[in-house]
Amino acid sequence: MRYSALSLLTQALRGHKGWTPVWRDPAPKAEYDVVIIGGGGHGLATAHYLASRHGITKIAVLEKGYLGSGNVGRNTTIIRSNYLLPGNTPFYELSMKLWEGLEQDLNYNAMVSQRGVLNLYHSDAQRDAFARRGNAMRLAGVDAELLDREQVRAMAPFFDYDNARFPIQGGLLQKRGGTARHDAVAWGYARAADSRGVDLIQNCEVTGFTMVDGRAVGVETSRGPIRAKKIAMAVAGNSSRVAAMAGMRLPIESHVLQAFVSEGLKPMIDGVVTFGAGHFYVSQSDKGGLVFGGDIDGYNSYAQRGNLPVIEDVMESAMALWPGLGRVRMLRHWGGIMDMSMDGSPIIDRAPVEGLYLNAGWCYGGFKATPASGFCFAHLIATGEPHPVAAAYRLDRFASGRLIDEKGVGAQPNLH
Amino acid sequence: MRITCPYCGARDAQEFSYLGAADPVRPDGMAAAEAAMADYVYLRDNPAGPHRELWYHGSGCRSWLIVTRDTRTHAISAVEPAKVRKAGEAA
Ligand SMILES: Cc1cc2nc3c(=O)[nH]c(=O)nc-3n(C[C@H](O)[C@H](O)[C@H](O)COP(=O)(O)OP(=O)(O)OC[C@H]3O[C@@H](n4cnc5c(N)ncnc54)[C@H](O)[C@@H]3O)c2cc1C
Ligand SMILES: [Zn+2]
Repeated sequence: MRYSALSLLTQALRGHKGWTPVWRDPAPKAEYDVVIIGGGGHGLATAHYLASRHGITKIAVLEKGYLGSGNVGRNTTIIRSNYLLPGNTPFYELSMKLWEGLEQDLNYNAMVSQRGVLNLYHSDAQRDAFARRGNAMRLAGVDAELLDREQVRAMAPFFDYDNARFPIQGGLLQKRGGTARHDAVAWGYARAADSRGVDLIQNCEVTGFTMVDGRAVGVETSRGPIRAKKIAMAVAGNSSRVAAMAGMRLPIESHVLQAFVSEGLKPMIDGVVTFGAGHFYVSQSDKGGLVFGGDIDGYNSYAQRGNLPVIEDVMESAMALWPGLGRVRMLRHWGGIMDMSMDGSPIIDRAPVEGLYLNAGWCYGGFKATPASGFCFAHLIATGEPHPVAAAYRLDRFASGRLIDEKGVGAQPNLH
Repeated sequence: MRITCPYCGARDAQEFSYLGAADPVRPDGMAAAEAAMADYVYLRDNPAGPHRELWYHGSGCRSWLIVTRDTRTHAISAVEPAKVRKAGEAA
């Protein structure tokens, strides 16, 4: 069923009784051309682009829980392409361009909202670093504007500009950045892939690989073995565990990141704002809740929940930036497990095991990457060659020293 | 989360800082092959389950500790001073 204003009106007149399920619930077949492990944003996007751009439709997406139960439904929904390094900028800009046309491509309202992303700076050194990043972005054709304090004040008069320790000096603004409704992104990709014949198989956990002569030719699952010509991993947060089933060790640690939502409030803040003197960012959802985030908890974790010190830290940063939040009540907080890679950048590459493809290491910035990640991963799987904008995301860059380290701090898995 | 330091007793985890997996051993710089060094610096087992990891008691006795913690539940099953391991190796 195609969604349109007309279909909505017709259904409204019929009491909304004619809507059909958004995707099928098929049983797994014995064999596929491509099996994708992980029904998060990246796995579903990969299926959509394989089917729509490369004509490969004998695909199964295997998800151990329900579609969107992982990070794609847990993130703080920020999309942006304000990266500094040449290995990253064109990739994230492709992603932004795909976001801009996503709803037409999927015939699904993903609530992509280019409400702007503003990174605040609080010192001369930080301003210089932001100016450099803004210039790198503009050279790569990405929009960026360096704002001074008064320009920021005009946008958001309620921040604490004269904070004794962290006065706000200005900000770097990407107007095309913003937010997208995270669940809708998963559902939109799922529906589009399903409509082209992709089997979305839920409650199907991959428990091992079927190997023949050192080549991966299928997967063992909680719903029986499935053979595949190509196997693609997109299991964010669990990459090390699934890779270990194929005998691989990855340059990744799993860490928990928390997110927070306040009670619903009247419109308070237009775009996304990040505090530059601590790790804190805030935006307001369409329902009115303020959506906050901050640092990862800081130690390896597969528990999908966080601990109290980070909550305290995030709230302290919130108060330093925006004292008016003091009386706001927090409604919920939750955590998601992410692949923190050793340079803070992702991996889209063939695995050393033949027949296996790897999409991992997204850290806590992988939501914005969803369209380009699926697009480039599909390209790699279909053609055997990396997509030009993702060519730097190789697994062997760690051993060869070609790291993509936006922060410039060396081998640390708890960066981005 | 609390960590029971062998010297200071049960203390809030915020008194400690975390370094990561305790088991990778640095290859001897001059003799090591490049691949062994890259493995040591970048690759991790990253298990879902018991994990031996290094914590530093910075706001306490300033000892390095090897903590065995389940990464699924944060339950800690053992804490030992890291220098015991070092002494063991030298012997
Ligand atoms: C709190 C939080 C806030 C975030 N905020 C942002 C943000 O504002 N902007 C941004 O760009 N990014 C953000 N991120 C990061 C982003 O959400 C992730 O990088 C991204 O969603 C990861 O890709 P995915 O959607 O494919 O992952 P997931 O949705 O986690 O998909 C992986 C799927 O694989 C499945 N799986 C795992 N193992 C198996 C198995 N053995 N068999 C079958 N299936 C398996 C899992 O169940 C899961 O559904 C945030 C993350 C968190 C946790
Ligand atoms: Zn101590």
